[in-house]
Amino acid sequence: MLNVALPKGRLGEKVYAMFEAAGFECPSIKEQNRKLIFENEEIGVRYFWVKPSDVAIYVERGAADIGVAGKDILLEYEPDIYELFDLDIGKCRMAVAAKNDFRDDPQKTLRVATKFSNIARNYYASKGRDIDIIHLNGSIEIAPILGLSDVIVDIVETGTTLKENNLSVFETIVPISARLIANKASYKFKSEPIEAILQSLARMAKEQK
Amino acid sequence: MNINERVLKNDERVALRLRDLYRTYGYHQYKMSKFEEYDLYARNKDFLVSDNVITFTDTNGKLMALKPDVTLSIVKNTKDEEGLHKVYYDENVYRISGSSRAYREIMQTGLECIGDIDDYAVTEVLMLAAESLARISDDFVLDISQLDVVSAVIDEMGVSEETRAALLQAVGEKNLHGIRALCENAETLCRLVTLQGAPQRVIGELRELLVGSGALAIVERFAHIVEALRVVGYGDKIRIDFSVIDDMNYYNGIVFKGFVNGVPAGVLSGGQYDKLMNKMGKRSGAIGFAVYLDLLERLYESDRTYDVDVLLLYEQSVALEQLLAAAKSIEEGGESVMVCKSDAGTLRYKRLVKLTAGGNA
Repeated sequence: MLNVALPKGRLGEKVYAMFEAAGFECPSIKEQNRKLIFENEEIGVRYFWVKPSDVAIYVERGAADIGVAGKDILLEYEPDIYELFDLDIGKCRMAVAAKNDFRDDPQKTLRVATKFSNIARNYYASKGRDIDIIHLNGSIEIAPILGLSDVIVDIVETGTTLKENNLSVFETIVPISARLIANKASYKFKSEPIEAILQSLARMAKEQK
Repeated sequence: MNINERVLKNDERVALRLRDLYRTYGYHQYKMSKFEEYDLYARNKDFLVSDNVITFTDTNGKLMALKPDVTLSIVKNTKDEEGLHKVYYDENVYRISGSSRAYREIMQTGLECIGDIDDYAVTEVLMLAAESLARISDDFVLDISQLDVVSAVIDEMGVSEETRAALLQAVGEKNLHGIRALCENAETLCRLVTLQGAPQRVIGELRELLVGSGALAIVERFAHIVEALRVVGYGDKIRIDFSVIDDMNYYNGIVFKGFVNGVPAGVLSGGQYDKLMNKMGKRSGAIGFAVYLDLLERLYESDRTYDVDVLLLYEQSVALEQLLAAAKSIEEGGESVMVCKSDAGTLRYKRLVKLTAGGNA
């Protein structure tokens, strides 16, 4: 039985549709109920929904053999897993944003508000910039407006929220998309079904191009 | 006295089996102090799995560390001598483990072979690695890589140091899209990472892939070693997998990682570390591996349905010698027994014996 962790939400539904099209369907997943785990014994696959930021943990610890997680999560938690495929969906970018009139003063420590402390730390360390990290769990955009921070490091999809609050993107750190990840041990012992899924997804991606 | 294996915890049982294996092949136990001067780890920080070390100040003012690693201590204390120095160890190390980000005591066993390393020494260590895994579980895989091949392929791409480090990380993740994004002429590297399956077939494909490259001679030696392992019976357990990557500042040549079905992370890890020897001013070559016994805790289904076979309850009026005799006779019958005055209700037992003043009730 292959255990697949899917990220809850719109992205997860898209991902399931891809798995379904690749031949790993599980009809019970579409029923409206409160079940947490969905199984198709015939083709030996079991799906479950988890919080998107938890997918990497489920996979790294082997509760799920494979899963789909955003590159942002992988960069932030740096799990010890295989990153097998770029699904090319859920596309956005990790960016530095600030108030429209922001000017960086390199003489001062830069105050950075973010959910992604690790990414922010690595990025500014690579530039040799001294920063003060302010870890927030949500509504990051409000921090520079209230003067809590100079800039924010966050995911930017369309930029609408930023624009409506007189903020704009100053630098792009890295482009983000959803990735197929696998537990390293599972990849050894369940290589057949994992390879089959990987090949089907790769074939579908090629056909779309 | 016969000791029943069931009283041993998983890690203890495996540790005993492995010790037996290593002794059989002429490895001597290396015993060491729990502490080591911090300086040793500070100088070789990147060699450690995690940067964090528990430190304290010794009575003479020296900064000491609870050892996070055994290999460095062994290397430090080994002299450059003729012949081979073969040791094994069975030690607790202290390091940050997993995603909990907290220090843990980890039981680790392993071996090091230091000196004039030839193909036999490498093959023997690989064989012992495979055999170690076999003594943990029948269902195991030993992934073997040859870093010099990966290194040669990347060298031929002519990339900067920075890109090289990023490429190596992507190789370790089997991240083909990442490799392609980093570098345009990366097809050879991508094919190298995707090579998998029976060692013989992989070696064949490797020869084709690396035609005209300087790495071909290394591949031939590698093929020779893998073939020897196949002949002694590990053919279906060994996989060539170039995504096994270790820090190239310390490791070179053959590196490997072992997995057993049921444990989500690699339980065995090792390789050749001539470069570490070099850094520490030694001329000898070296190869070794470690087995992470702490990961085995959940591997075997433990028989914990019952806490004890027999619960023996007695009344205050029962004579002492009668009670002791009853307990003894149960023990001699091969069952475990717990003697209590009353049943608190939390104990799970197979059968209950009540002893009253007149005899069994």
